[in-house]
Amino acid sequence: MTEPLLSIEHLGKRFRGLQALDDVTLELKQGEVVGLIGPNGAGKTTLINVITGVHKPSAGTIHFRGESIAGMRPDRIARRGIARTFQIVQPFPAMTVLENVAAAALFAGGETSLASARGKAAEHLHFCGLSDQADKPAASLTLAGRKRLELAKSLALNPTLLLLDEVNAGLNTAEIDHALELILSIAARGVTVLLIEHLMKVVTRAASRIVVLHHGRLIADGATREVMADEAVVEAYLGRRYAARLAGAGI
Amino acid sequence: MNPRNAVLAIAALAVLALVALQADNYVLRLATMFGMYATLAMAWNIIGGFAGYPSFATAAFFGLGAYATGVAQTNGVPLLLAWGCAGLLAAGFAALLGSAILHLRGRYFAIASLVVADVLRELTNSWTDVTGGGMGMNLPLIGGSVVDDAYVYLAAMLILAAATFGTSLWLDRSKLGVALRCIAQNEDAAQIIGIDTRRAKTIALVLSSLFAGLAGGAYASWVTYIDPTDVYDGALSVKPILMALLGGVGTVSGPVLGALVYLGLEELLWRNLLDFHAGILGLLVVLLVLFLPGGLRQLRGRGLVGWLKGRFAR
Amino acid sequence: MLWLQVLVNGLAIGGLYACIAAGFSLVWGVLNVINILHGSMIVLGGYLAFFAHQQWGINPFLFAPVAGLVLFVFGYALQRLAINPVMSRPFLITLLLTFGLNLFLDNAMIALFSADFRKVILDPPLGVFELGGIILPVDRVYATLTGLVIVGALWIWLRSTQLGRAIIAVRMDRDAAALLGINVSGTYAIAFGLGAFMAGSAGALLSAIFPISPLASAGYLGKAFAICVLGGLGSIPGVVLGGFALGVIESYGALFLGPEHAVTVAFMLLIVLLMVRPSGLLGRRGFA
Repeated sequence: MTEPLLSIEHLGKRFRGLQALDDVTLELKQGEVVGLIGPNGAGKTTLINVITGVHKPSAGTIHFRGESIAGMRPDRIARRGIARTFQIVQPFPAMTVLENVAAAALFAGGETSLASARGKAAEHLHFCGLSDQADKPAASLTLAGRKRLELAKSLALNPTLLLLDEVNAGLNTAEIDHALELILSIAARGVTVLLIEHLMKVVTRAASRIVVLHHGRLIADGATREVMADEAVVEAYLGRRYAARLAGAGI
Repeated sequence: MNPRNAVLAIAALAVLALVALQADNYVLRLATMFGMYATLAMAWNIIGGFAGYPSFATAAFFGLGAYATGVAQTNGVPLLLAWGCAGLLAAGFAALLGSAILHLRGRYFAIASLVVADVLRELTNSWTDVTGGGMGMNLPLIGGSVVDDAYVYLAAMLILAAATFGTSLWLDRSKLGVALRCIAQNEDAAQIIGIDTRRAKTIALVLSSLFAGLAGGAYASWVTYIDPTDVYDGALSVKPILMALLGGVGTVSGPVLGALVYLGLEELLWRNLLDFHAGILGLLVVLLVLFLPGGLRQLRGRGLVGWLKGRFAR
Repeated sequence: MLWLQVLVNGLAIGGLYACIAAGFSLVWGVLNVINILHGSMIVLGGYLAFFAHQQWGINPFLFAPVAGLVLFVFGYALQRLAINPVMSRPFLITLLLTFGLNLFLDNAMIALFSADFRKVILDPPLGVFELGGIILPVDRVYATLTGLVIVGALWIWLRSTQLGRAIIAVRMDRDAAALLGINVSGTYAIAFGLGAFMAGSAGALLSAIFPISPLASAGYLGKAFAICVLGGLGSIPGVVLGGFALGVIESYGALFLGPEHAVTVAFMLLIVLLMVRPSGLLGRRGFA
C-alpha cells in the first residue's frame, strides 16, 4: 500500500470547554475524492481550519506527504500544496476577479512575476467559466460567481490537496450542476479532494468514499454506498427518534 | 497610480525647491514643513493605507528619531550619521514592536499602537541623564548662518519626502505591495493563498517607521530644541492619517496632495486662532469625517456644487 | 505591612476605576466604537461637580448621578447628530471622529475653564480611617463605593429593563436584534448616552480626589482602555475586575519604580497582556 497523501491521527481541537474535534483519525490517498458530511456544528469546518493551519490542534498529528504540518502557519501549508475554499467566500473585494486569482498564483502557485501570474490566472478563470468577469471588481460578483472565484483562487495555488467547504451552499440547481462538473474535472486532473457538502446528490456523484463527523467524532468512514446505509449515520442526521422509528418499522 | 501622476508629483517637489530658493524665512519654513508632513503622511500610508493597519504610532517613531538624533548630535556625531541613527533606531524599534502587536487586528492594534508614544514619552521624561527629561534638550547648530542652515534642512526634508515617495511607488508595483493590499482587504484569505502575512506586515511597519524616524531626526536638527511633549505629541500620529484621508488612503500620490492641502488649512486657520487651534483641528477632523470621508477625490469630476447636491439629495 | 498598605491603596481606587471604564466598555461593546471622547466627558463631569460644589456647596459624591444625567443628554444628542451618520463606516472613521470631538471639547474646556488643575476641597475634610495600622483615606473609600454602586446599578438596569435587554441584544447580534424589531440606531444612541452618563458620574467622583483639568482627559482615557483590556471587553464584571487590577498594578508600580512611572508600568503590562491574551483576563475572543 502506498503512503497516504494526508494522514491525520487522534486529532483533537478544544475551544474553551467545547470539544470541536475529538480523536479524529483519517487518511486521504492520492487522487481520492472524499465526501465529509455531518450535521451543522459537527466540526467539519473546524477540521479544515486545523488542517490548513487557521487553528492549532490541541492534540494529535497531521502529516502531509510524510511531513508533519500540525500547527504550521497557514501560508506555509498553502505553499506546500493544500488549498481550500471558505464556506463564507473570502475574496479581496476591491481587486478585480483576475487580480484575486493572480495574487494566489503569485504567492503559492509558483509564479515568479506579476505578469506570468496574470497569465496563469486567466487560464484558471477560463476553466471556472469566469473569463467574462475577469476585469470586474470581485465585490460585484453574484454568489455563484464568488463561489467559482473561490475555486479559481484555490486552483491557482496548484494544490495537491483541495479542501472544499460547501462550495454549493446557496446555489440554484443549474449552478450546482455547473459546480459539480467543475469538481469532477478538477478531480480528473489528479487533485485529491476533500469535499464538505450537505447535498447528498453532489456527494454521491463526486465522492468514492465518505467520512461522517458527529459532535467532533468520526462516526463512519467507508465507501459511499455503505456509509449511506449505516444506522449511526442516519441517526446523526435525522435524529434518534426518527432512526428508532425506522428501526421499529423494520426498514 | 499612473506614471503621469508620478512625474507631476516629482515636478511639484522640484518647483517647490526652486521657489524656496527665492523665498523668505516664512516660505522656507512652510516648504520644510511640507516636506515633513508629506513624509509622515506617506510613511503612515505604507502601514495604514497599503497594509490597512491603522497605526497611531507615527509620533512614537518620530519622537524616537528626534531623540536619537538629539543624543547623537550632542555627543559629537556628524549630522548625517546622527540621522542614520534616527532611522535605524526607529526601524529596529518598529521591528520589535511589530512582533509584539502586529498580530492584533483592527481596534486592538490601533489602541496598542496609540499607547506606544505615551510610554516612550514617559520613559524619555524620566531618563533625565541622557535626554534632559522634561526640560528638553538643545541641539547644536550645524555651523554656517541660520539662513544657510534653513536651506540644508529644507533640502533634507524634500529629499526625504522624495525617497519616501519613491519607496511608495516601488511598493505599489512590487510583489510585497500586492501582499499588503491582500492583507488590507482580507487577511485570512491572504494567508490561505500563501502570503507570509507576518513578514509583509513587519516590513511595512519597519519601512513606515524608518521614514517617520528620519523625519523626526531632521526635525530635531532643524528646530534645535526638542522636548518629550513636543516630539511625542499624539497630534503627530493623527495629522498624517488626516492627510492620507484627504488625499486618498492607499494611493501613492494622495498623501502628498493631502499634506499640501492640510498644511494650507493649518496655516490659514492657525495664525488667527492660536489659542483654539487644537479645537479647530478637531472640528476639521469632524467635518472631514462627516462630509468628505472619501477624501478630496470625492469632489473630483462633479465639482463642489454637484457634490453638495448629491449629498443632500440622499 | 507596607505590601498590604500598597495593596489596600490599589483596592481603594479600584471601584472608581471601574466606574471610569464601564461606559467606555459599554460603548465599545455595543456600538463597536472606540470613544476617544470618553476622557473629556469624564473631565466635563468633574467640572460640573466642581462648579456645583463651588456655587451651591453640593457634595460631589451626591452630585455624581446629576452630572451623569447632564452628560447623558449630551452623549445622546451627540450620537444622534454626529456619530450615527458614520456608524456603518470603517472603524478608523469613527475613531477619527471621536478623536476630533475630543480635541474640540478639550480645547473648548481649556478656553472656558483654563488648563489649571482644580480640585473640590471638602470642608471639613473627610480625613483617614485607620484599621490595624492600615491607613484608608475616607474620600477614596467613598468614591470607590459610590462608583461600585453606580456600576452595579448599570449592570442591574441592563439586565432587568426592556431597554437594557435591547442593548444587550444589539451587542450580541445587531442584525438579529433588528429582525426582532429593536430600533438599532435608537439603541446605539441610548447606549452612547449611558456611556456618557458613566463618564459624567465618574468625573464627579474624581473631582473630590484628584485635581481635574482638560489636560488630564487623555490619562483617563488611557486608564479606561487599560481596564477594558485587563478585564476583557464588554462585560461589566470584567470592568470591575479590570478596575481593581489596574488600581493594584499602579499601586505596586508606584512602590517599586516611583509614582511617576505608575502609568508607564500599567501600559507596559497592558502591551504584554495584549500580546499573550488579547481577549483580556476574563473576556472572550471575538470582538476584534
